[in-house]
Amino acid sequence: MDDHLLVIFPHPDDEAFGVSGTIAQHTKKGLPVTYICLTLGQMGRNMGNPPFATRESLSLIRQKELEDACAAVGIQDLRQFGFRDKTVEFEDEKFLADQFLAVIDEVKPTRIITFYPGYSVHPDHEATARAVVRAVGSMPEMDRPELLCVAFAKNSEADLGAPHVVTDISDVFEEKMNCIKAHRSQTQWLVDSVDKDPAMLAWVKNERFWRYPF
Amino acid sequence: MIGISYTLFKNLNYNKYIYSALECEDMQLIQTNEVQETLDQLIGKELYLHLETTNGAYANHNNESVLTVNAYIRNGKVTPLSGKIMGSGPYRVGLKIELGWIYAEGLTHWEIDSEGRLLMAGHDAEGRLAVALQLSSSPFDV
Repeated sequence: MDDHLLVIFPHPDDEAFGVSGTIAQHTKKGLPVTYICLTLGQMGRNMGNPPFATRESLSLIRQKELEDACAAVGIQDLRQFGFRDKTVEFEDEKFLADQFLAVIDEVKPTRIITFYPGYSVHPDHEATARAVVRAVGSMPEMDRPELLCVAFAKNSEADLGAPHVVTDISDVFEEKMNCIKAHRSQTQWLVDSVDKDPAMLAWVKNERFWRYPF
Repeated sequence: MIGISYTLFKNLNYNKYIYSALECEDMQLIQTNEVQETLDQLIGKELYLHLETTNGAYANHNNESVLTVNAYIRNGKVTPLSGKIMGSGPYRVGLKIELGWIYAEGLTHWEIDSEGRLLMAGHDAEGRLAVALQLSSSPFDV
């Protein structure tokens, strides 16, 4: 059976900073990746100066960026779930979990990557993470894929300890930067700081995950 | 299912939006006389309102002394009885409705988009939206 990676995030660009290198390494081996992206980040704030977007055009810009970003790291199976930015936590959690379970049942991932519940700052991140944990937790223990989580709240390492998995993605750095740059309405600041700041460069070159303890 | 139908729906409108948006033809700095003329034309009409203010989902994460504050109404149904744009920039807009008011401060940019909707927004120096007040004769996408 193929080693299938399933990535679940609420916003276009959530995959770019912390996971796109891991994704690129996976697709480079010819292995499949499915990316569930719940919203189009319609409520993002970056409109440009002078503005290149409005509240109404942003969703379409970000949808195109998402498709370009997926192409940059070889994702061929993008599932856009059509929820609205900032509203994920107000959806029924079981409804979300069931939608995830349907995809899990279909693609049978060996590994799922999402945010770490309680340590991912944005309410949409937290709601997505909780629903993924609920979905995976509802599976029989022997059938569960490995669940790797991205945590970036300030207390992440203090509470969770060092990341369980740290992946050097230098071999796919170019693909990762192309993924980040594809989200250009959102990521110009990051692209600029990677060029100037060695600490930021090191941060981009290493992706950190915590295994969720069921 | 939701994802598929949503994607199809969006793609239908795709070209119309994306190119005008990327070519920076959307929003212009507010000209009060033009905005006022537009507001005057909306008086007495049944309209859909998008009203929003935000300092970003990461406001408190980035600076613990700052409260993360975001609010929006999408597709409130309103009939303005009168409306004015005031100030010397950034601008304020107040619209009287039957039982109250619609108010926004900090507006810098505006446009009438390809669907004839009045979009007004306030952007900070980094181009981040801080406030938006939009009126449309048909519901905004959700």
